[in-house]
Amino acid sequence: MFSLQSRKDILFLSILSVILLIVLPLGLDAFRLNLVGKYLTYTFVTIGLVACWGDSGILSLGQGIFFGLGGYCMAMFLKLQASTLEATKSQSTPGIPDFMDWNQITALPWFWKPFHSLSFSLVAIIAVPVLLAMVIGAAMFKRRVGGTYFAIITQAIASVLTILIIGQQGYTGGVNGITDLRTLDGWDIRTDHAKLVLYYAGVFLLLACLLLVRFVRQSKLGRILRAMRDQEDRVRFSGYNVANFKIFIFALAAAMAGVGGALFTLEVGFMSPTFVGIVPSIEMVIYCAVGGRNSLVGAVYGTLLVNWARTSFSESLPELWTFAMGGLFIGIVVFLPGGLASLYENYIDPYVLRILGGNRSQTSHAVDETA
Amino acid sequence: MLSGYSFNDLASIFVMQSFAGLILFSVFLLMALGLAIVFGQMGVINMAHGEFMILGAYTTYVCSYIFAQWAPALFGLYFFVAVVLAFIVAGISGMFLEWSLIRFLYKRPLDTLLATWGVSLILQQVFRSTFGAREVGVTLPDWMMGSWNLSDTIQIPINGMIVIAITFLITGAIYALLYKSGWGKQVRAVMQNRTMASNVGINTERVDRFTFGLGCGVAGVAGSAFTMIGSTSPTAGQQYIVDTFLVVAFGGTESLGGTIASSFSISQARSILEFFLNGSMAQVLVLLTVIGILMLRPQGLFALKVRR
Repeated sequence: MFSLQSRKDILFLSILSVILLIVLPLGLDAFRLNLVGKYLTYTFVTIGLVACWGDSGILSLGQGIFFGLGGYCMAMFLKLQASTLEATKSQSTPGIPDFMDWNQITALPWFWKPFHSLSFSLVAIIAVPVLLAMVIGAAMFKRRVGGTYFAIITQAIASVLTILIIGQQGYTGGVNGITDLRTLDGWDIRTDHAKLVLYYAGVFLLLACLLLVRFVRQSKLGRILRAMRDQEDRVRFSGYNVANFKIFIFALAAAMAGVGGALFTLEVGFMSPTFVGIVPSIEMVIYCAVGGRNSLVGAVYGTLLVNWARTSFSESLPELWTFAMGGLFIGIVVFLPGGLASLYENYIDPYVLRILGGNRSQTSHAVDETA
Repeated sequence: MLSGYSFNDLASIFVMQSFAGLILFSVFLLMALGLAIVFGQMGVINMAHGEFMILGAYTTYVCSYIFAQWAPALFGLYFFVAVVLAFIVAGISGMFLEWSLIRFLYKRPLDTLLATWGVSLILQQVFRSTFGAREVGVTLPDWMMGSWNLSDTIQIPINGMIVIAITFLITGAIYALLYKSGWGKQVRAVMQNRTMASNVGINTERVDRFTFGLGCGVAGVAGSAFTMIGSTSPTAGQQYIVDTFLVVAFGGTESLGGTIASSFSISQARSILEFFLNGSMAQVLVLLTVIGILMLRPQGLFALKVRR
């Protein structure tokens, strides 16, 4: 009924769902679970990177841009909700966010106004990153800019955006970002109950995104993307418009990063330029690399693992953690380009396949297809 | 935005800002030269380049400390010793990095980016553990402190002129090395066609190592020059790395002249705009312009015409 590959994917996704939906909520206290929820928001970025970098060979060092844009869209809505006339009556201009008041801005800027509406904000969380990704993608891929140049330019755009956000303090909250967020349409997001609900919402959204990316990877589109990564010219000569495929997958990754960013804002209750710039963007790439750039589930585990290690390490030995993180970058790149997923494929996969009823001859070319 | 200034004011603003721009240009150029050698010639994306610059800066700092402590009579000369030392320390560290890491990654340029990012994290932490997280500055000897009064409103600081002079010297030396010496010929041959170069008997491994070392050494000199105009902190290198990559890409990676032209135009544009807008907006505007031009001319301003 199902092919071997599908059976494997179903197995992996079920294991992941059981871990995220049952094991972790039962095993962790509210504080730790909230941390996991925060890490999960990064996995949206990393599974986007699997599609974008692992499958299509487009290394974007600017995923923090899209994560941040999604997060800021959410934060602007929440901030406006928190800035009622009642709550801000001590300001010289009540009804606008507090940091605008501190920066002597007396009226709500035009681009803030639509964020009074929840539905607009929800659309913007996806639309803003997608539009920017399409503009960047169109400008770059139509001109056949790729590889290292693309990486450097996305990085530069990340730094431009950070400088802009920090510089335009009155409109963006500057270095502090948008803080003191309280309610989502009247629902207090700071309670433990709300955090639990947000955690589950995040998990379900993540599973939906995983299924979506799995669908894309297994479709004909996915095969074209992989062909493009390996032999771009041949795909072009076969009559495919390579640029449009690249723009599509880049925009898809951006959309998911945006969703992740919005969830992040809800989970932690603020958004700041720290999550937009070059450093977080590169770290997101390394989360993906640790798990395995060709494995969706692997990328999720990689993200959770690195973040968990960072939190537990840096609590006690912050210096050592920086060394460990640097060593991780080097070690993964040099010794394990396929990430943890390649360890699995080399050592555990044959046994799993035997249990699932496949024969060994199928293992060798199934490597690239894992969900 | 120009109202409220007389012509004379504008002229002196212009001169002062372009001089500030020249200093920025010097640091950019020294950083970019090193990067252009490594990235343009070897195709390696060295994200730790900024840390090599900081390594040079800390070398200078240590040098000034040693001179002040044990040879105060010679303090006026420490800077020249420091520049040479910075070059040697950064260059040898660069050669070590090439030997221990980079040479395994020549066929995977995007992976060099991630691996060297790891190196930069480690180096930053080393600096932080050794010198502390706070910024350190060097004391300049008296003769470098003054300034040269061109007119009532125009003053040219002497340390700035020294930085510029060093930049010119280094640029000239690198040009001579790459285009006039036999070794430079080998470097260019290896970069254009590695297999062919090794077939005619060039030791490509050694060329790679020295080229990488040279690039890092020049970054060290950039750091040494940087101490004269600003203070050093463990993460200062990171602030320059993206700008420098853009400078190199903007000028066209394979061309030395392009690197000079692009660092000149970018630093001047930024420095002059900085006076009229605030600093961050000037930076954004210049970066966006560069990105825009790069989208129109992906190969940079001065691309080498080669068949691909």
